[in-house]
Amino acid sequence: MSNTKATPEDVKRLGTLARLDVAEGDLARFAAEFDSILAYVGKLDELTLPKSDRNLSVVRNVLRADETPYESGTWTERIVEQFPVKEGNSLSVKKIISHD
Amino acid sequence: MTKSLNELSIIEAASALRAKEFSVRDLWDACANAAKERNPELNAFLELFEADDAAIESAQKRIDSGHAPLLCGIPLAMKDNILIEGKIASAASKMLANYRATYDATVTKKLKEEGALFVGRTNMDEFAMGSSTEHSAYGPAKNPLDTSRVPGGSSGGSSAAVAANLALAALGTDTGGSIRQPAAHTGLVGMKPTYGAVSRSGLIALGSSLDQAGPLTKSVADAKLLYDVMKGSDPLDATTITSDTYTKKEAGATLRIGVPRHLLAEGIDEDVAAQFESTLAALEAEGHTLIDVSLPTSGYALPVYYVIMPAEASANLARFDGVRYGLAERGGTLLEDYVKSRTSGFGTETIRRILLGTFVLSSGYIDAYYRKADQARGVLRAEYDAAFESCDVIAFPTTPSPAFKFGDKSDPVSMYLEDIFTVTANLTGMPAISVPMGNVERDGVSLPTGIHFTAPLGADDLLFRIGALVTGETL
Repeated sequence: MSNTKATPEDVKRLGTLARLDVAEGDLARFAAEFDSILAYVGKLDELTLPKSDRNLSVVRNVLRADETPYESGTWTERIVEQFPVKEGNSLSVKKIISHD
Repeated sequence: MTKSLNELSIIEAASALRAKEFSVRDLWDACANAAKERNPELNAFLELFEADDAAIESAQKRIDSGHAPLLCGIPLAMKDNILIEGKIASAASKMLANYRATYDATVTKKLKEEGALFVGRTNMDEFAMGSSTEHSAYGPAKNPLDTSRVPGGSSGGSSAAVAANLALAALGTDTGGSIRQPAAHTGLVGMKPTYGAVSRSGLIALGSSLDQAGPLTKSVADAKLLYDVMKGSDPLDATTITSDTYTKKEAGATLRIGVPRHLLAEGIDEDVAAQFESTLAALEAEGHTLIDVSLPTSGYALPVYYVIMPAEASANLARFDGVRYGLAERGGTLLEDYVKSRTSGFGTETIRRILLGTFVLSSGYIDAYYRKADQARGVLRAEYDAAFESCDVIAFPTTPSPAFKFGDKSDPVSMYLEDIFTVTANLTGMPAISVPMGNVERDGVSLPTGIHFTAPLGADDLLFRIGALVTGETL
């Protein structure tokens, strides 16, 4: 993997995946920085690790009981206040499915 | 009294408040006035809060009643990625410039219950990505000891605020060293608790398996005081631990200090290494034992970190899409709304890490990068566990050099190397502290350096014990 060379096209594609529009003028710089970061991170290549020796943490994820944790409406006003576009207490978003 | 009120430690101020040497209002005014005066130069705070008269009066009453906790009436600084209900919490990003917290972080709630006061919200690297605050969307914070130098990062506004006596102490967050490195660069004590010891509810997430909130203080005793208030399991953070999650290891009357000599052979400034050696020699002279420990995979900790952290960051930052809160730019379609909001909301370093995280998680690379790094993380932890069989704490310098000048680390990898010693504690989840270990001179300016101790999981208290031995405090 230390041979990986990032191209401006790669950066553009990653941008698309991450919902970012990387400006044409920045693509080459990001690609060059990527190469230097990946070369550094590529040190991991030298590392031989024991097979399936994942040292699992003693910490376990836990789920709360499936019940209403607080009274409905407690947070509504504060959250709705943050909406960029709203109708009453509803968040307005653009239509996702188009018919063309 | 020789010190100004804002120069006091929490413990000193708490004792003077009880002796009625001054009032909570006097203490607030001393910090607030110092902050107003120095902040235009230091940019430590992104916002200074108005005095909360009700909170000040109630704190005074509690102290007068004789039943107040030590934090009551103490002015603190809060990092801009920790939510305080009703206040802006922007994580120093344009993305959240207008985001007003809808609830208190669990740590905020605990501090408020104690009666602590908040001077303001402190500058930081955007979304805590950086080691200098140069990645803040609002301009960098300056190191009060030399304003041509960085205060460290990402909690650099917090370290600058406390070092300049604009607050008695501060809260920071630490994903790869973001509390300990700024503490070292400004002559403060900075502590990252065991992963899960302090609730992450209400922190703006960077790397969820790495993040912890912790104190930046003028003394070890203050750090312990804040940690004791902040810690505890929380139903709002399923990863919090209880006091019996980890088996307690008893340390003896003298401590066994592990030193990984093989990691310290190169890359450390000569005078920083000399301060480290003389600090260790002083501990040895007091009867503590130095033990050589081997941590062979530690040399790979930083590459491991720069796979895991961007991977988690790219997932965490996917939530900022311009739909429900924060910056909301509009295009022709919903997809364009996302892309426009994210592209104009995020700064360069944030974009760099999101792209890197997207890369290491993408099909074809996830095995070589993310899964390998995750596996190496387990090995790192096993090596530390093994080392702790023969020692109580492990020591190294917090950073290889003192605070650097603005612009000195403009290429990403050189900035990432600032965290070379600190990231391992985040990867293993182990608690760690940085304590001042003496100054070195650069360009005629005397600059602080820090010694760093890591303790086994759950042994946070041991860090205060060894820290106090270095500073000469009695806890």
